[in-house]
Amino acid sequence: MDAALTKFLLLLLTGPAIPARSMKLGEGPMAGNAGNAETRPLAIEARGLVKRFDGFTAVDGVDLAVPEGSIYGILGPNGAGKTTTLRMLLGIIDPDVGLRRVLGHDRPHEVAHTIGYLPEERGLYPAMKAYEAIAFLGALRGLPLAEGRRRGRELLEEHGLGYAADRQIRQLSKGMAQQVQLLGTLVHDPRLVVFDEPFSGLDALNQGKLERMIRALAAKGTTVIFSTHVIAHAERLCDEVAIIAGGKVPFAGPVDVARDRIRPQVRLETRASDGPWRSALPAEARHEGNFWYFSLPESGIEPLLRALIEGEAGILSLSIERAGLHDAFVAIAGEAAARALEEEKEEARR
Amino acid sequence: MSEQRRSGRLSTLAAAYVVARRDFVAILFSRSFIFFLLGPLFPIVVGGLAGGIGQSVKEQADRPELGIAMSAEDVAAMRSAHQRIAGQIGLSMPVLVTVKELAPGEAFDPAAAMRANRANLAAIVTGTPAAPVLTGPDERIRDWQGRVALLAAEARASSPATYPEVTLAGIATSKADQTHSRLVTAQLGQTVLFLLTMLLAGMVLSNLVEEKGNKIIEVLAAAIPMDAVFLGKLFAMLAVSWVGITVWGLTGSAVWLAAGGSLQDYPAPALGWPTFLALGVVYFSLGYLLLGSIFLAIGSMASTVREVQTLSMPVTMLQLLNFFFASYALSRSGTAVELAAIAVPFSSPFAMLARAAQDGAVWPHVAAIGWQLLWVAVLVRGGAALFRKRVMKSGPAGTVKRSLWQRLRSA
Repeated sequence: MDAALTKFLLLLLTGPAIPARSMKLGEGPMAGNAGNAETRPLAIEARGLVKRFDGFTAVDGVDLAVPEGSIYGILGPNGAGKTTTLRMLLGIIDPDVGLRRVLGHDRPHEVAHTIGYLPEERGLYPAMKAYEAIAFLGALRGLPLAEGRRRGRELLEEHGLGYAADRQIRQLSKGMAQQVQLLGTLVHDPRLVVFDEPFSGLDALNQGKLERMIRALAAKGTTVIFSTHVIAHAERLCDEVAIIAGGKVPFAGPVDVARDRIRPQVRLETRASDGPWRSALPAEARHEGNFWYFSLPESGIEPLLRALIEGEAGILSLSIERAGLHDAFVAIAGEAAARALEEEKEEARR
Repeated sequence: MSEQRRSGRLSTLAAAYVVARRDFVAILFSRSFIFFLLGPLFPIVVGGLAGGIGQSVKEQADRPELGIAMSAEDVAAMRSAHQRIAGQIGLSMPVLVTVKELAPGEAFDPAAAMRANRANLAAIVTGTPAAPVLTGPDERIRDWQGRVALLAAEARASSPATYPEVTLAGIATSKADQTHSRLVTAQLGQTVLFLLTMLLAGMVLSNLVEEKGNKIIEVLAAAIPMDAVFLGKLFAMLAVSWVGITVWGLTGSAVWLAAGGSLQDYPAPALGWPTFLALGVVYFSLGYLLLGSIFLAIGSMASTVREVQTLSMPVTMLQLLNFFFASYALSRSGTAVELAAIAVPFSSPFAMLARAAQDGAVWPHVAAIGWQLLWVAVLVRGGAALFRKRVMKSGPAGTVKRSLWQRLRSA
């Protein structure tokens, strides 16, 4: 089989060539998004944020660079430091050490009128009417009350909750109240929206709605940053992620770069079980039934394919799967963090 | 979503106004405000009832009776004399009770009668109006000796004495009366101030704890400076209290005027009624702001109602001490004690209100208001800083549960 055929087979099996990059875990946290940070202005920039509570270091040297107009995810299990990081970025608390810059300002409250924030622990005044609650949240961000009331009603109508505009928050279901707060977060049309675990407590339908809303926000240039322990949301939505575990950020950058941190996985099925071609397989290749499993070698798939064809292994199937964000998370944050993440997901599902 | 952004950055005062407006409206249209307005009625009704019962008991207990055991003729003469004298000297004459009208030659042992005596029989007079014998405890009989002599003399007289008409020439007040009245005004002012500040500081604390329960505090903290949250909450409750004071004042005045009362019947405070009342509102406001900011700081450290109670108890006790201190300084005008009461920020409003009742100088009030405002600013800033430090510690699941003591120590 000649080289052209080999290339054709390769293209057929794997699609466009996947760059086989050499990366080491634990590289500089900003390395992943350095390229982006240089080309796009940053909505948020944080360097070496440290926060200690009573001797416990909740956040330990976090660096972040969130490009304007991007959807940015902060991934990590509970207790990893996500909420504390977000609170520092928003100026709710000050870091013990480190610098933060939000929309070009060192003091986040100076640009509070261009920020929307939905905390993890949702809360509204139970006696307020839905549209008043939205207007109040807008007023806190500098939107005139009358304007907030008008837009509150509009937003509720737009999102199918117009019938509940005059109901008190205590009369709404938990999900509806959550939506009202979400609309209140956006009523003043912020440039930067920060969501802390926005999907928790929402049913699948409303999770889908929220995902669409986040995409729509980003499409019109709003920067969205959200924390989550559900990797699937981050994988579907985010341009960039920061993986946070134990108060540190071992990775921050584009999702693709995170996924490329671990080598694509190869699954090979052969007719022959043995032959000289076996020596071409990586040493760590695992054999289960007719299948071989191993990471894509750094030299790429071509030398292996050539050896398989020339050694008449009889290729029945060959697939090369790019690592998912979950695998990347496991590789970057460690098994323990990944396990914690899974447990939280299960708990949330229950 | 709109095509252009229309919100603008809020100053601290504007942000405080947003919070205050929300709180003010929420409190004003809540059921708790009705109870707040009705609040003073309870002590008035309870006080009135208790006072009425107490007065009745006091009258029963404090008007000991003088028993009389004489011949029927002497008893009649003594009773008639008692009626005439009591008409002139009123309550200072003991109540006369006939124990026994003795038959001629009948023996009577007053000591035995006293031992077997009814509750209010304090002494017994026997013998005749010419030679009365007063039997009873030493202290009592010495006290009544003169009155019994007067009674017996009146009973012995062949014709009832005539008493000259005394022409009364009243003046509005004397210096002694004025001093006394101003002291009473000062005391009343301090007491009302104390009760109001404690009531409102407690309310603002409950309001903050409720806020934490509603979990909206993080939304506020993210949007506006914590100083603004503090100021907004403090001033909202202050505005509510002004509404309350206005309602109480108008209602009380209406009732008082309807009952024929007039301020002119009462000696004016040293600075005059309008200035005194205006200063009363100012000192109430400052006293409330000082105490309220402390209570808000406490609220920032507490996460449950029980913790709030535990933490606020010592502050309440301290405030009570401040009140007593200012009350003690009340009658020591111009002494170091009064100056100390004015200098201590928490007793200063009480001491200065008392001064407004007793002293006509205005400048000390200007200085004291400035001093108290300075402390309000310090406490609001301190409380807000503490709040930021203590409240927004970590995510809900990451919060490490610590004892109250640990939190206090680290605060």
